[in-house]
Amino acid sequence: MGKLDSKVPSGPLADKWTKHKNEINLVNPANKRNIDVIVVGTGLAGGSAAATLAELGYNVKTFCYQDSPRRAHSIAAQGGINAAKNYQGDGDSAYRLFYDTVKGGDYRSREANVYRLAEESANIIDQCVAQGVPFAREYGGLLDNRSFGGVLVSRTFYAKGQTGQQLLLGCYAAMNRQINRGKIKPYNRHEMMDLVLVDGKARGIIARDLVSGEIERHSAHAVVLATGGYGNVFFLSTNAMGSNVMAAWRAHRRGAYFANPCFTQIHPTCIPVSGDHQSKLTLMSESLRNDGRIWVPKRKEDAENIRQGKLKPTQLKEEDRDYYLERRYPAFGNLVPRDVASRAAKERCDAGFGVNKTGEAVYLDFASAIERYGKEEALTHGMKDADNKTITKLGRQVVENKYGNLFQMYEKIVDENPYETPMMIYPAVHYTMGGLWVDYNLQTTVDGCYCIGEANFSDHGANRLGASALMQGLADGYFVLPYTIGDYLSNDIRTGEISIDSPEFDQAEEAVRERIEKLMSGSGKHSVDHYHKLLGKIMWNKCGMARNAEDLTSAIDDIAALREDFWANVKVTGVADSLNAELEKAGRVADFLELGELFAKDALHRDESCGGHFREEYQTPEGEALRDDENFKYVAAWEFKGEPKNAVLHKENLKYENIELKTRSYK
Amino acid sequence: MKLNLKIWRQKDAKSKGEMKDYPINGIEGDMSFLEMLDVLNEELINKGEEPVQFDHDCREGICGSCSLQINGEPHGPDRLVTTCQLHMRKFNDGDTIVIEPFRATAFPVIKDLVIDRSAFDRIQQVGGYVSVNTSGNTVDANATPIEKENADDSFYAATCIGCGACVAACKNASAMLFTSAKVSQFALLPQGKVEATERVQNMVRQMDLEGFGNCTNTGACEVECPKGISLENIARMNREYLSANVKG
Repeated sequence: MGKLDSKVPSGPLADKWTKHKNEINLVNPANKRNIDVIVVGTGLAGGSAAATLAELGYNVKTFCYQDSPRRAHSIAAQGGINAAKNYQGDGDSAYRLFYDTVKGGDYRSREANVYRLAEESANIIDQCVAQGVPFAREYGGLLDNRSFGGVLVSRTFYAKGQTGQQLLLGCYAAMNRQINRGKIKPYNRHEMMDLVLVDGKARGIIARDLVSGEIERHSAHAVVLATGGYGNVFFLSTNAMGSNVMAAWRAHRRGAYFANPCFTQIHPTCIPVSGDHQSKLTLMSESLRNDGRIWVPKRKEDAENIRQGKLKPTQLKEEDRDYYLERRYPAFGNLVPRDVASRAAKERCDAGFGVNKTGEAVYLDFASAIERYGKEEALTHGMKDADNKTITKLGRQVVENKYGNLFQMYEKIVDENPYETPMMIYPAVHYTMGGLWVDYNLQTTVDGCYCIGEANFSDHGANRLGASALMQGLADGYFVLPYTIGDYLSNDIRTGEISIDSPEFDQAEEAVRERIEKLMSGSGKHSVDHYHKLLGKIMWNKCGMARNAEDLTSAIDDIAALREDFWANVKVTGVADSLNAELEKAGRVADFLELGELFAKDALHRDESCGGHFREEYQTPEGEALRDDENFKYVAAWEFKGEPKNAVLHKENLKYENIELKTRSYK
Repeated sequence: MKLNLKIWRQKDAKSKGEMKDYPINGIEGDMSFLEMLDVLNEELINKGEEPVQFDHDCREGICGSCSLQINGEPHGPDRLVTTCQLHMRKFNDGDTIVIEPFRATAFPVIKDLVIDRSAFDRIQQVGGYVSVNTSGNTVDANATPIEKENADDSFYAATCIGCGACVAACKNASAMLFTSAKVSQFALLPQGKVEATERVQNMVRQMDLEGFGNCTNTGACEVECPKGISLENIARMNREYLSANVKG
C-alpha cells in the first residue's frame, strides 16, 4: 500500500493548507520560464489552471477537442457556485460548508481536501468578480444568493441559470490574456491519445490533430488532466456528446489508479426520455427546487388517467397530490440532496405513480411559488387587493427573472408551457464523483501527472451537493494546483527541455497508430453508436439508480462480451487522416467499454449503500441507504492489470477526526 | 415524416464542395434537428458511406458549437434557439430542407458543414478580459456595489455563445454584434473601465484584420441570434470606440 499515501499534512484541520503552502518548495520566476506544463481539457478546472500557471511564468500548452476552449462542458452548468461568504448572515462558515459537503458526500471523501475547498471558496467569488464575471445582484448593488440541496443556508452565487457559462468565460478570458502574452499555446481540435512516461514520470502526451488526423508528440515537465467526468458511459446523460474518459483512462492504463468509479450522480431533475432517437438528456437546474414543489398524484387511478391524457395535472386538487419529498423529509423538503431526491422519484414511479406516457416522470410545480411571489410583489407595489390575474402576472415575472432560460429550454424541448402546467422531470446520469485517485497535492499515482476537477475523485465522496462542482473546478485550478505542482517542478529547474525523440515517445506513438488502425479495420457490422447504446442500456439497467450483486455480476460479463464484439465488428467509415467524428467516437467508446466493466466491479465489491451508490441488499426498513463504515470507510483505488476484471484494489482508509460519522438524515 | 435533405458536402478546406440530395424517412417531431442528422448518418454508415460532419457538443443550446444555415437561416426557422434546440416539429411532412455551413470569408469551411471560427477567439485574445491576476488576493467581492441594471446588461451581453450566427445572417458578414457583446460586458462593469480604451481599439482592429465586413445597421444579426443579443451593444461599442479614438 506504499503507493497510496494521501500526503495530508499534519496539524489541526484549519491550519493544514496554510502550513503546507508555507512548507512546500517554490520555483523562482526565472526558472519557471524553463518549465513546460501540458494541460488537457479547458473547462473550469483546466482553464483556470492553465491561466494561473501561465501567469506564474510556466510555459503552458492546452489541449481540447472542441474548436475553442470556451466550449468545454462546464459552460452548461446552470445553478450556481457555493462559497462560505456568509453575506446573508445565516450562520455560514468554512466549517459549515466543509461539514455539509462531507455529510452530503455520505462520508466517503477526504476531510483535509474538503476543508481546503471550503477555505478557498470565498476567494473564488472575489477572483471572479475582479475578472468581470456578472453575477446576479440585488437592487442595492450587492451579490445575491440562493439555496441548494442538502444545506440550510443560502451560500450559492449565480448568474441566472447560466452560472457555468459565466465562470467559464471568466477562465477563458484569463486564458486569452495569457495566449496574447505568448505564455499559453492553445491546441484546439486536438485530442490526447496517450500519456508518455519517461523514467516513471509523466513527460508528455501523444495527441491527434482532429482536423488533419496527424499524430503529434508534445513534451512537458508535468501533465495536468482536467478532462471532466465519464457520465457518457451510460450513453444517455447530461454530459456533452463529446465528453469522454479517454485521457483519464489512458493515464489509468499507464499506472494512475482509478478511484470509486461506481460513485455516479443521478440528477433528480432532468427532462424525461422521449424516445429511442434521443441523443442526450437535458438537466433542469437544482436551483428550481428552491421554488418548485415536487409531487405525484396520491391515487394510482389519477396517475393512470394523467398518463392516458384523460386528466390534466392542474385539475388535480391540492389534497389529491402527494408532495412526497415534503412528506418524507420535512426538514429539507424539496431541497434534499440529489441522491435522495432521485431515489424517491424512482420509488414513486416504480410504484405506479409516474405521470408521463412511460410512467417515468414526476411533477415539478411552480404554481405556489408564482402565487407567493405575486402576492409579495403586489404588496411591495402598494396593490393591497390585487386580483388573481394580476398576482399571477407579477409572480410569473419574478420566476422568469430567476429561471427564465430554464423555462424557455423546457418549453422548446417538451413543447409545453411550464408557467401554466407543471414541468415533468425524471432522474438522469449527471456527475461522476469517481475519477483518478489523487493525493493532497492533486497528483495521481504517476509522478508528474496531476488530475483536477471532475476528472479526479477527491472532494465529493459518494454524492456531490449542488453548486459544488464549479467550486471544486475553480479551487483546484486557481488556488490549489498552482501551488502544489510547484513543489514537484522545483526538482526540474535543471532538467531542460524534454526531448520528444526518445524510445518512450516512439513506443507511445506506435501504440496510438496501431490502435487507430485496429479501429478502422473492424468487420463493419455495426456503427459506434450501436455499441455505445448497448453499453448504456447495460449500465442503466444494472449499474444505475439501484444495484444488486446478481445484476452487477452479469453486467461484468455482458460488458466484456460487448467489448469483444466491438473490436471485431465495429464499423468506422472514412479515413484516419481527416476530420472523422466516427473515429473519434470509436476511440472514446472503446475506453468506455473498459471503464464500464471496472465500474461494475467496483459497485459489486462495495457491499454497502452510500450516496449515489445504492445497493438493494443494503437499505433500512424505510428504504434509506445503509452505510457500512466498519468495512467500507475507504477510497477504492484500482490498479490496471491488463483487463478491467483483473484490476487490483488498493484502499485509502478515510479518517474523520473533525466530524462525527452519522447516518445521514434530512428528515 | 418524410423529408428531402439537400446538404453541402465538401471533402476538405481545399476541395470544391457541392450540394447533395438525401431523402430521409421516419423522422418524428420530438427529434431535434441534430438527432435527425444522427439518423441520416447512421443510415449512411450502414450503407458504407461517409457520414455528414457537423459541429455539435452540448446539445442544450449553450456551448455554441453547432451552426448550420437551414433553409437560408442560421440555426433554422425558429427564433432564439440554436440548431441543437430546433425540433423537427417545426417542419412538415414532405419538406425540402437545405443545409449549408455558415458562409463568411472569415469562417473557412473545414469539411462538410464544419467551419473554422477561430477568428472569434483571436478577437477576444487581444482584449476581451480584465487584466487581473488569478491570485485570489483581490478585494472582497462585495466591496464594489454594482447597479443591478448594469450588472444585468453586462450579463445579457456576456450570454453570447460565440456561435457565429450573427456573421452568417449579415449580408456583409460583419462580426459587430459578437465583438460588441464582448466589449459591452466589460464596458458596463467598474472592473472593465480601466482598460476600456485599449480594449475596444484592439478588438475592433483585430475584427477588421480577420476579414469580417462592415456593419450597415441592417439588424439581421439580432433577429437570428439564438441568445437575443441586442443591437444596443453595437451602439455602445460605437460610442466606446469613438471616445477611445477621441482620447487617442
